[in-house]
Amino acid sequence: MLPILQQRHKPSPAGWALVIGLFLSTVSHAAIDIEHWTEPSGARVYLVSNPSIPMVDVQIDVDGGSRRDPARQAGLASATAQLVSSGVAAWQGQPARDENALEEAWLDTGAQFSADATSDRFTFKWRSLTDPAWLPQAVALAAQQIAAPTFSAAVWQRDRERQIAAWQEAENRPDTHAVRAFDRAVYGTHPYGQEETPQTWRAISVSDMRAHYRRSVQACRASITVVGAVDKAGAQAIVGPMLGAMGQAACTPLPAVPEVAALSAADVQQVPFNSAQAQVLVGQPGITRRDPDFFPLFVGNYTLGGGGFVSRLTTEVREKRGLSYSVYSYFSPALHAGAFQIGLSTRPDQAEQALGVARQVLKDFVEQGPTEAELQAAKDFLIKGFALRIDSNRKLLDNVANIAWNGLPLNYLDTWTQQVQAVTTADIRRAFQRVIQPDRMVTVVVGGR
Amino acid sequence: MKHTSALFKTLFVGLLACASLWSAAVWAQAQSFTLNNGMTLIVKPDRRAPTVAHMVWVRVGAMDEVDGTSGVAHVLEHMLFKGTPTVPAGEFSRRIAALGGRENAFTSRDATAYHQQVPADQLETVMRLEADRFANNQWPDDEFVRELAVVKEERRQRTEDSPRALFFEQFAATVWTAHPYQRPIVGWMSDLQSMTADDARAFYRQWYMPANAAVVVAGDVDVAQVRQWAERYFGAIPARAVPARKPRDEPVQQGPKRIDYRAAADQAVVVLGYKVPHVADPARIDAASTDALALTLLASVLDGYDGARLGRALVQGQGGPRLADSVSASHDLSGRGPQLFYLSAVPAKGVSPEVLVAALQAQVKRVAQQGITQAELQRVKTQWTAFETYKLDSVFNQAQELGDQWTVGWGLEGQAQLMAALRTITPAQVQSVAQRYFGDEQLTVGVLWPDAAKRAAATQRPAQAQPALRH
Repeated sequence: MLPILQQRHKPSPAGWALVIGLFLSTVSHAAIDIEHWTEPSGARVYLVSNPSIPMVDVQIDVDGGSRRDPARQAGLASATAQLVSSGVAAWQGQPARDENALEEAWLDTGAQFSADATSDRFTFKWRSLTDPAWLPQAVALAAQQIAAPTFSAAVWQRDRERQIAAWQEAENRPDTHAVRAFDRAVYGTHPYGQEETPQTWRAISVSDMRAHYRRSVQACRASITVVGAVDKAGAQAIVGPMLGAMGQAACTPLPAVPEVAALSAADVQQVPFNSAQAQVLVGQPGITRRDPDFFPLFVGNYTLGGGGFVSRLTTEVREKRGLSYSVYSYFSPALHAGAFQIGLSTRPDQAEQALGVARQVLKDFVEQGPTEAELQAAKDFLIKGFALRIDSNRKLLDNVANIAWNGLPLNYLDTWTQQVQAVTTADIRRAFQRVIQPDRMVTVVVGGR
Repeated sequence: MKHTSALFKTLFVGLLACASLWSAAVWAQAQSFTLNNGMTLIVKPDRRAPTVAHMVWVRVGAMDEVDGTSGVAHVLEHMLFKGTPTVPAGEFSRRIAALGGRENAFTSRDATAYHQQVPADQLETVMRLEADRFANNQWPDDEFVRELAVVKEERRQRTEDSPRALFFEQFAATVWTAHPYQRPIVGWMSDLQSMTADDARAFYRQWYMPANAAVVVAGDVDVAQVRQWAERYFGAIPARAVPARKPRDEPVQQGPKRIDYRAAADQAVVVLGYKVPHVADPARIDAASTDALALTLLASVLDGYDGARLGRALVQGQGGPRLADSVSASHDLSGRGPQLFYLSAVPAKGVSPEVLVAALQAQVKRVAQQGITQAELQRVKTQWTAFETYKLDSVFNQAQELGDQWTVGWGLEGQAQLMAALRTITPAQVQSVAQRYFGDEQLTVGVLWPDAAKRAAATQRPAQAQPALRH
């Protein structure tokens, strides 16, 4: 709402956050000591003790993301996460609290709590001081919050009205239309492409949310990551009450979700719009996190369009031609094949030129791969910069939660630089040629002229 | 669960003792030095991880620009990546990447900052490269022409395709008549269209001298070593006097101002800006600074958290109709120039912006008449106290905070002094500022009005009837 107070040299749009989040799989020169155990409930716990700041972070992930939303109720997982804060019932000696009393109780502990749903995961995040004057109440409140959300119908009705108004406002922005057209074309009927609309929100009731919550938030499905000034006993004293607050049913497998279908032909969409810039998106279904070529594609994409100023896309589109402030490429590896996407925005009359340059860069890269010098530059950046990926509790939390969620080996961070080091130019060329089909891409241009 | 408390005390007393021992080992207070040529060096050791944040701050931002060349501070910031006689265009970024480093730069109204995060053993190289471009930035005209095109795309991306960003730009231009805060940081498009390479070069020569800059280093470093490198690389830059700054003081406002802005939008936006004091120096808390601190607490009790006063009354509709879809209150506590207290909101469907303006003002009036509770104030202070610990997690943010403090002329203890002063503010002081600063004498009201015809033209959709407005 407030005026923009800074202009940056390089963009840091949402796309970047996504790339970083997904690739924040990192490594260290010094081993990262992760303690791992399974609680009697079946929950898998991952702990990194880091005593230097008197604080602790906990992340709990369960399989309850939006890929499980019924098509007619797209947005169910997100709405459920949103309504977790709409109030709690009385629980184990703690009083019932409406949304405001709940927020005040959190503030009075100095702790922070959030629930969020992404495509794959339903996630709780909690952060507290470890000072015994604050910690016990912050743990007890987290337990009550997880155990007894009320899913207030009045709050949902209100928030849905606000959401619908914001949705309507977003219709006036060219990027809204670009992302929508891109997702539809890339994902087809797969849940990753399901579109939340006022209609699907209206089809969601709070009892649907309660059912989704009960189904998903089960201790046996939880992977829990703890980072901070606690040892194993301290971590158990924190996660124990949180796990006890979750459902204790024996976990039966959840229904399988289909895979994303490959594209059979090129699909070019021109959407008219009178904006200051045309929005250009090019892409296709990419890879899952289990893909054996994860590392070649990750390292290769740094050279193609992931490496900020030094990537080929930035060099050709921005540095040599001044066509765009922001141009990037990324993969979104997840449980299913998330999109590979190239994006840029430019003055409407330059859209065709910029698109042509981006396509040529991609075509050349897929055909020839990086040069040995480019690969060396990518390895220098990734390997020497490894420590920057794990130099705060927050970053460690992201990385260890990634290991926990994807079932990666406990020494994943310790071997990461070796995995990067092992990639060859031939690996990258082969992997890109297998995964990327420049002649069968989705191309969306909104507002081109 | 009743016994949790005792259990936790036992478990965590031990851990805490351990934590404080560690703290002594991994952290040290920030230290400040002045190099021979007048440049400032600030070093904050934090040995938790083998990384370091390095920043060069220049005390020049959009507020130092003059009419006709708005945006030049930011354009120059882009040009600093375009080379020196020994480091060709783009090479700076390539070398930082080759060290495993990340880098960027930003321009604000008050300052320009260049920053890198690198493995700690690469700090010397970064300092050498950064000192070189601070002193020797040089590029041909054609590099400027291409980069200016990039900056225009940046303005299109961040401002021109956002009706709200365009509206806020116009709002600031209405609030300030003489003060340079009236101009957008990125610059007016017309000024960008006519900017020349020599405009950027002249701005560089005018403001990039050692006495107008600070090097800030936070992370896994030895203070004496950093000081030695700073003397070697930055200290070798010839000293030059910082030119006198023209104050361009804002004339005292003598009554309300207003801007109505019609945009291709569905939702209206209202903004109220009140000219209020800020904290000039937390080492010397005078009456105006005390008021500024109380105003910051007022912003927090109004909108410091979900369901604070504004949200509860206007978004939730507690005790009346639901008038807003979102609300905000904020106060800028520090800055080189004068500051505002903002109230803003997006009306709920069917609610007139005028009704919402009155409702926002009524919430401040409620505080003026009835005051706030001790519990409300304590809640906000607890939140801030916890945040003072959480923020230690990011070395980069610590460097940023030190740079911000230097920009406005605060000492190294500025943030600590500020927190200590905030803790002393009472509910009566918060009530008092609510009574004294919210008349319409110092007020600017801005309203973004949805315009169906503009919306239809922008989206190339058929024009829809305006939603009925309740006046």
